[in-house]
Amino acid sequence: MSTEPYDAALHAHGDTHGHGSRLGYRVGSLLAIVLTVVPFWLVMSQSGPAPGWMAAVIFALAVSQIAVHVICFLHLDTRSEGGWTLLAFLFTAVIVVITIGGSIWVMFHLNTNMMPMPGAHMGPVR
Amino acid sequence: MSDSLLKSVFGRLTWESFPFHEPILLTTFIVVSLLGLGIVGAVTKYRLWGYLWGEWFTSVDHKKIGIMYIILGIIMLLRGFSDALMMRAQQAVAFGANEGYLPAHHYDQIFTAHGTIMIFFVAIPLVVGIINFVMPLQIGARDVAFPFLNNLSFWLTAAGAVLVMISLFVGEFARTGWLSYAPLAELAYSPDTGVDYYLWSLQIAGVGTTLSAINMVATIIKMRAPGMTMMKMPVFCWTALCSNVLAIAIFPALTAAFFLLMLDRYVGTNFFTNELGGAPMMYWNMVWIWGHPEVYVLVLPAFGIYSEITATFSGKPLFGYSSMVYATVVITILSYLVWLHHFFTMGAGPTVNSFFGIATMVISIPTGAKIFNWLFTMYKGDIRFELPMWWVVAFMLTFTVGGMTGVLLAIPPADFVFHNSLFLVAHFHNVIIGGVVFALFAGMTYWFPKAFGFKLDEFWGKVAFWGWVIGYWIAWTPIYVVGLMGEPRRVHHFDDTSIQPYFVIAAIGALIILVGILGFVMSIVMGFVKRKQLADTTGDPWNGRTLEWSTSSPPPEYNFAITPVVHDLDAWYDMKARGYERPKEGFRPIHMPRNTGSGVILAGLALALGFGMVWYMWWLAALSFAGLLVVAVGHTFNLKRDYFIPEDEVTRTESERRQLLAAGA
Repeated sequence: MSTEPYDAALHAHGDTHGHGSRLGYRVGSLLAIVLTVVPFWLVMSQSGPAPGWMAAVIFALAVSQIAVHVICFLHLDTRSEGGWTLLAFLFTAVIVVITIGGSIWVMFHLNTNMMPMPGAHMGPVR
Repeated sequence: MSDSLLKSVFGRLTWESFPFHEPILLTTFIVVSLLGLGIVGAVTKYRLWGYLWGEWFTSVDHKKIGIMYIILGIIMLLRGFSDALMMRAQQAVAFGANEGYLPAHHYDQIFTAHGTIMIFFVAIPLVVGIINFVMPLQIGARDVAFPFLNNLSFWLTAAGAVLVMISLFVGEFARTGWLSYAPLAELAYSPDTGVDYYLWSLQIAGVGTTLSAINMVATIIKMRAPGMTMMKMPVFCWTALCSNVLAIAIFPALTAAFFLLMLDRYVGTNFFTNELGGAPMMYWNMVWIWGHPEVYVLVLPAFGIYSEITATFSGKPLFGYSSMVYATVVITILSYLVWLHHFFTMGAGPTVNSFFGIATMVISIPTGAKIFNWLFTMYKGDIRFELPMWWVVAFMLTFTVGGMTGVLLAIPPADFVFHNSLFLVAHFHNVIIGGVVFALFAGMTYWFPKAFGFKLDEFWGKVAFWGWVIGYWIAWTPIYVVGLMGEPRRVHHFDDTSIQPYFVIAAIGALIILVGILGFVMSIVMGFVKRKQLADTTGDPWNGRTLEWSTSSPPPEYNFAITPVVHDLDAWYDMKARGYERPKEGFRPIHMPRNTGSGVILAGLALALGFGMVWYMWWLAALSFAGLLVVAVGHTFNLKRDYFIPEDEVTRTESERRQLLAAGA
């Protein structure tokens, strides 16, 4: 057994991550700030639409916030790791949507086939 | 010493925690300790500690880690199966006036431990072990992507297993069923240590399983030999990939559910309690978001094993390779859309139930496609009925029945009748024994010569086969029948004596399975005794088709002296057909990972953390948690983690191998 000096290139194993550009970080920071300030302002100023719509708007902004972070800061694109990064991200997104969406759907249906309990709410809403 | 001092040192551990008053446990304890002392004594006498530590415990070699996983799985199989025998014995006698020999609280621990151990510490380690051993060889890699992580994953799994075993003799195990449903698992209904043992052992083992899954996915995606595109990858690697992707996706759900239950039990939150807005059903929901895909985490690699064996022993490429791959991917995704079928009776309405019922039935389509692929691979093939092939045929016959009862259970109105009945228990034993366990035995028989250089003894292998197959049918057919009559699961005593014969037959079946298990152990022992006669000098004892058979048996630590270049799906078959000759020179120094003891130490600390938390020994828990952080961070500063095997050593090993081949031919 011989030991050879520690070699960083050997340990990189053909790393193909993107490392982004200065412009990407600037645009990302700007968008991230805007996407944080707008929902904050909507809630604090109470000048926005009805609560249901408000929630929808905030949700949409939050999803765009995720996209901004992932693209500008985590450098998700179609090229890195030969597309595997994007595929893994999309798979994760699908799984998260199924888990959260499915759980909400399932839990709202809980009481549909149950006998009404004394003092309990009727119907599927808990 | 004062009481409060004792309490701060030992938490809630007292003399009463040790089962001196329970003769069954006491005897087991004495036998286990004597056996343990015997093994420790023997290892010390023959001075094997240094060898075990240096060559195995600290090893980062995927082959050795795979073998250790399999040994862990087999040891835990013996434990899990003795639980099964005890249950069968209890249910065979506990009728009418006879209360049986097990008190109810002991019986409840046994069925919980049986399920928990068989899934988490038998099926998972065996499947992970086979993937660990075979997959890197099949893709032409020298090790997995993160060799140290692999060692750590194994030891964390082992730590979880040890914690479960400790619960047998120190305190109690959970009495809540293998998934510890809330609210029964809450502190109000399960105040003793049982559920805590359950939660901590599974959390520790779960970290290991998740890390291992990440490791395997990275290995398959990044470390395939040149020329091996995704669609030239052996089916077993495809199933390993899908299984591990699924594991990464689902284990967080289980970890989160357990974590919330832990918060409920330790700090008094109310996530899953009956009071204060807790939602026990949310626990079921989260646990089954893990639980159903977990079945596929186990059975997909099993399908991969059957595919490899069928192709090899039929002397043909696998029929419909691409359809097999697509079926695997489709099952991966569909398996994530069916979890509610485990609680149709929860109260959800027809839209929810019919969605999940139909999704469940749809899974049988890709699964059925796979069965036909195997049949068509055999069709007009030059079939050699060696032992692994026997298991494949037994699987197809047994598993298809289990699949059909599964579709039956997928119909929500039918499930309202079968829910929580023995019919369900028979169904999942049918698919797990007929699907996963048969595959594991087939795989162990098939790859054993690759791992150790000699085949398993064939006579005892056949005893194992017939024991399992006949035993399965005799043990579980009567359970299907009484389940259909409406007998519920997890019952400790029956009033209706007319169904006793069914349970007596089932107990006899379990004894026949015992013959199968002992037969397997004997086939290893006798294989070892006759290892000269059964030796495999060729490295390719079955005339295989994939790259692992191009190495020697057992393979050198670096697997491949020169990384193979892949041109065809069945890479090794293709190489043989083109008159492949082993290179004689031109070897280069091989870069290898170095062994490390950090994995064992980290897992030991995790075990201490779990034990401390179970018994409320806060000092122990705090100390071992701090220790975990220190060792984990300390390990990152260890830069001496690789070395080179020099060229002349590689040349020497390879020329020895060529001489062996020449002598064998």
